[in-house]
Amino acid sequence: MLSLALRRLLGAVPTLLLLLTLAFFLMHAAPGGPFDAERSLPPQIEAALRAQYQLDQPLWRQYLHYLGGLLRGDLGPSFQYGGFSVAELIGSGAPVSFRLGAAALLLALLLGVVLGSAAALQRGGWLDRVLMTFALAGISVPAYVVAPLLVLLFAVTLHWLPAGGWSAGGVSDAVLPVISLALPQVAAIARLSRASMIEVLSAPYIRTARAKGLPLRLVVWRHALKPALLPVLSYLGPAAAGLVTGSVVIEQVFGIPGIGRYFVQGALNRDYTLVLGVVLFYGALIVLFNFLVDMLYGVLDPRVRSA
Amino acid sequence: MSRAAVAAVVLLALIALLALLGPWLSPWPYDAIDFDGPWGAPPGAAGHWLGTDELGRDLFARACQGGRISLAVALAATAVSLLIGVAWGAVAGYAGGWLDALMMRIVDVLYALPFMFLVILLTVLFGRHLLLLFLAIGAVNWLDMARIVRGQTLSLRRREFVDAAVVAGVPPRRILRRHIVPNLLGVVAAYATVTVPQVILIESFLSFLGLGVQEPATSWGALLSDGAHAIETTPWGLVVPALFLAATLLALNLLGDTLRDALDPRRGEWR
Repeated sequence: MLSLALRRLLGAVPTLLLLLTLAFFLMHAAPGGPFDAERSLPPQIEAALRAQYQLDQPLWRQYLHYLGGLLRGDLGPSFQYGGFSVAELIGSGAPVSFRLGAAALLLALLLGVVLGSAAALQRGGWLDRVLMTFALAGISVPAYVVAPLLVLLFAVTLHWLPAGGWSAGGVSDAVLPVISLALPQVAAIARLSRASMIEVLSAPYIRTARAKGLPLRLVVWRHALKPALLPVLSYLGPAAAGLVTGSVVIEQVFGIPGIGRYFVQGALNRDYTLVLGVVLFYGALIVLFNFLVDMLYGVLDPRVRSA
Repeated sequence: MSRAAVAAVVLLALIALLALLGPWLSPWPYDAIDFDGPWGAPPGAAGHWLGTDELGRDLFARACQGGRISLAVALAATAVSLLIGVAWGAVAGYAGGWLDALMMRIVDVLYALPFMFLVILLTVLFGRHLLLLFLAIGAVNWLDMARIVRGQTLSLRRREFVDAAVVAGVPPRRILRRHIVPNLLGVVAAYATVTVPQVILIESFLSFLGLGVQEPATSWGALLSDGAHAIETTPWGLVVPALFLAATLLALNLLGDTLRDALDPRRGEWR
């Protein structure tokens, strides 16, 4: 188990390096640079700036310089936010993004599994049909469509909740962003857990449990739920990636000071170090998440452990 | 075919027809401002079937024109992803051995990348070359297809007609083209219905962020973005493209579900 964990963690290093390399060269291949502005700088000053940030060096040397900094735990300075280091910017945005993402993931898991299992138990009944119609609609409507519609309903029309902003992270500010982030994932998880619950419920050992007179509620709770959750567990990796992508838009729509908006702004302003820092941060997060899911899978399913 | 699938096909055909013919049906061009009507007219007002946006442009014409771009872009990117995915998966599955292991290991590594970030960087790189951008998106979005095609190829490879071809001395390249790939088409078609909505979502995501389609051209994502910004004055500017997008994705997902159920032997019994 331990050696498997170590091997998986080491295996993540080339993945992250590939991601970083792709992002680095894509970013530098894009036309323009971080110091292009409407008001052009005097050539001497621009040359001095470029020299200060090593932008006058050949690309491969900049790349090695960046990797070298990374090994020392230094993500470099931000070009766009003068005086701030990339680590400081990510450090200030991460808690906000993290709280948002964790709440959305928790909501999606709870609601998705409950609704999916309920639909599976009523297979073919009216509840199943209603829930699955909603789930189909849910995976068809992305978070950035849900978000403005929710704003229209709850903020503009009903005035129940704020339309955006983030005043010290109040709960009412987080409700709409979390719901818009979670809804597409709720739908996906509900579809997945319904399908897997149906499959598990038709297994012979469930028939045995039923035959010995165990009430359905107990059969589901004790025997069916755990194996039915395994496919949901392996979906958590893609779900986390989806939440990260969704948060880029949701933070923009609601004006939330998280990491997501740094990425788009940074890419547009050619803030090389900021973009690379965010890519690396999110890449590492997703890799770590997939790793945890794999380990949890091993704990829950003994068949995986021996393989 | 189930009733739901028929409904999905009809809905898709309707949307495609609207995208194709809509700009001619509408009395207003999609990028013209109606200076007579009130700007931001609600649906039905002043002869605008679905109203106008906050700049006074006809929303029906814009939604149809946006559909053209969104659908065209989706088809182009899907075609690229099919081409790469089928070729990659079929070669890996047919070759087997170390080549298969290497090729699928590459797929695994690429799978672990948060590829939306790379897509955003590609947007920055390709800027206004819309077609180039979506060829690039297709070029990153072929991993699922490669895995599915490989799995199918593995089982096809053991079939008698492939053995017969091998014995008859047909070179591997021809076996792939004549015997393997044509037999994959059913599965490929089913999973293409999953790829198309994915790509539509990517396009609208990028355009929503202001990175994709640029004015005066428009797409459903760009319309959604406009609508979301003017939500307090002209909510229909958001609702109209949202309905078009959701209807398209709903129909495609429904169709994909049905096709996959039809191809999945285990599920056949209760559908």
